[in-house]
Amino acid sequence: MKDKIFKTILLLASCLIILLTAGIVYGLVSKSIGAFSEFGFFGFINSSEWDAQKDLYGALPFITGTVLTSTLALIFCIPFSLSVALFNGEYFRNKKISTIVSAVVDLLAGIPSIVYGLWGFYTLRPIMINMGVNDQGFGVLLASIILAIMIIPYASSLSAEFIGMVPNDLKEAAYSLGATQLEVVTAVNLPVARSGIFASYVLAFGRALGETMAVTMLIGNTINIPAGLSDTGNTMASIIANQFGESSGLKLSSLMAIGLLLFLITAIINFVAKYIMKMMNK
Amino acid sequence: MKTLLFTAVLAIIALSSCNKGETLSGAGATFPAPFYNVVFKDFSNASGIRVSYGGIGSGGGIRSLQDKTVDFGATDVFLSEKEQAEMGAEVLHIPTAIGGIVLSYNLPGVEGLRLTNELISDIYRGVITNWNEPKLQEINPGISLPDRKITPVFRSDGSGTTAVFTEYLTKVNSDWANNIGEGKSINFPAGIAAKGNPGVAGIIVGTEGAIGYIGSEFALALNMATAMLQNSSGNFVAANVESISLSANIDIPADTRVVITNSSDPNAYPISTFTWILVYREQAYNNRSEVRAQNLKGLLQHVISPAGQEIAAKTFYAPLPAVAVERTRALINSMTFEGKTVN
Repeated sequence: MKDKIFKTILLLASCLIILLTAGIVYGLVSKSIGAFSEFGFFGFINSSEWDAQKDLYGALPFITGTVLTSTLALIFCIPFSLSVALFNGEYFRNKKISTIVSAVVDLLAGIPSIVYGLWGFYTLRPIMINMGVNDQGFGVLLASIILAIMIIPYASSLSAEFIGMVPNDLKEAAYSLGATQLEVVTAVNLPVARSGIFASYVLAFGRALGETMAVTMLIGNTINIPAGLSDTGNTMASIIANQFGESSGLKLSSLMAIGLLLFLITAIINFVAKYIMKMMNK
Repeated sequence: MKTLLFTAVLAIIALSSCNKGETLSGAGATFPAPFYNVVFKDFSNASGIRVSYGGIGSGGGIRSLQDKTVDFGATDVFLSEKEQAEMGAEVLHIPTAIGGIVLSYNLPGVEGLRLTNELISDIYRGVITNWNEPKLQEINPGISLPDRKITPVFRSDGSGTTAVFTEYLTKVNSDWANNIGEGKSINFPAGIAAKGNPGVAGIIVGTEGAIGYIGSEFALALNMATAMLQNSSGNFVAANVESISLSANIDIPADTRVVITNSSDPNAYPISTFTWILVYREQAYNNRSEVRAQNLKGLLQHVISPAGQEIAAKTFYAPLPAVAVERTRALINSMTFEGKTVN
């Protein structure tokens, strides 16, 4: 009897999650239909015009901004997160120093986004100005660097786990053939763990796509397609955060449409990643 | 376990029912929120009626009033004829205070910067990009302006502050009117954007060479450097409570829906606006009690009373001039409940 009750509770909880997700998708779709029917789906994502006076809205500057900052963040974070992952997963596995390093890296994941924003605003931005990136420091580069720091823990801790899971037999076989530790890492650890490492970077990329607060504080919030790393821009998440308060009608619908697009992009990326991992593991 | 759950439920019931006293609620513009928070609290202390105000933006406030989920809305931009028609019933605009929009800048060592509307327009259109531009230097003969790039800062969120600022520029500068125009959210061709007055102020304080428009109550409270602006009589006027108050020294229509930028008063600060509370004239809607209507009327009377206006000045808003108070009192007295005047 108790078993049955427990089962029912589990079933109900799971169904509730599915219903919630469906509800969110339904809400986004129904509210964004207005924008898509006005501008057309491809018209909306291809137009760089965002003009409240003319009531014309297009998502291209925000899509570009989001993809650009997230991709840059991913590139910036690879050298650090891969080093940390190898440090914790192979070279110093189960040593005291690695517990400390991984605890500190995990701590990075626990810092609220607004704190990263503040640090970027007051500490990193003056450095950008002094380096002569641009006159006020804000822009794609600043936002990407902060994003990179934010996603390092997501990329590194999961990668470390996969690197650590590489069977000892394989490594010992390589050592017995006279391979150095570096050779073992490049020839055994990384190839065996590659799909896991790939998955962790996808997870990190997904985090970067949706990050809002820190990016809004640092990217400059100008509605244009960034012309370069030192240019200011805007992202999908930050335009929603900035403008939902005073919006109604077509503008609100356009913001909803951007929300739906962000949802779709993240979903597609996760799906593609899972698919590639499946193919790699075959 | 069971007793714990029981106590928790009891506690929740107790907590949610303890505010049984009389309440009023409003929502709207963030611009007057610091003033409203203080003056509503003052009213609560005197009357025992709890007033809550949500600074959710004027668009949200108007929508909430329209949905009849609040007793009053608040806005810095009066409703257009079309918006009024959408409200379903007649809405009264009750001015509560006057706010200015100041141009705050970060140039160490430079005090009393002077600007004309043409210069503001050129800076925000990206025509003037350096502080040592001859046009700027010409208006400021006593100051040596540095060779530094200008970073104009504007609002990334839709805002009444932007609406008033661009309305003024559209009215007085033809280059602005032809190229940019007015509205709550504008695509400025130059500069960077931040959310809310605090966001803009934060960038100005942290960036040498920055200039931005922010609500006077914010800049004055923080003691930020603000530019003197040339008004319609050609005088350069510093932004302070007196000069901003003077902008309402003009003919005010009975419904108080009037733009007071570019005031004709020779000593007035040129970029100012009333901030309004919106209420339905007929208070008997949605099963509201007559007591609620009376409380609302009491609140509005308190806000425009000398005591309420003193709080406005203390929170760095400009108080309403005598003519405006008179007009507003007449409006408040025109509120009705089932057709009869609310007492």
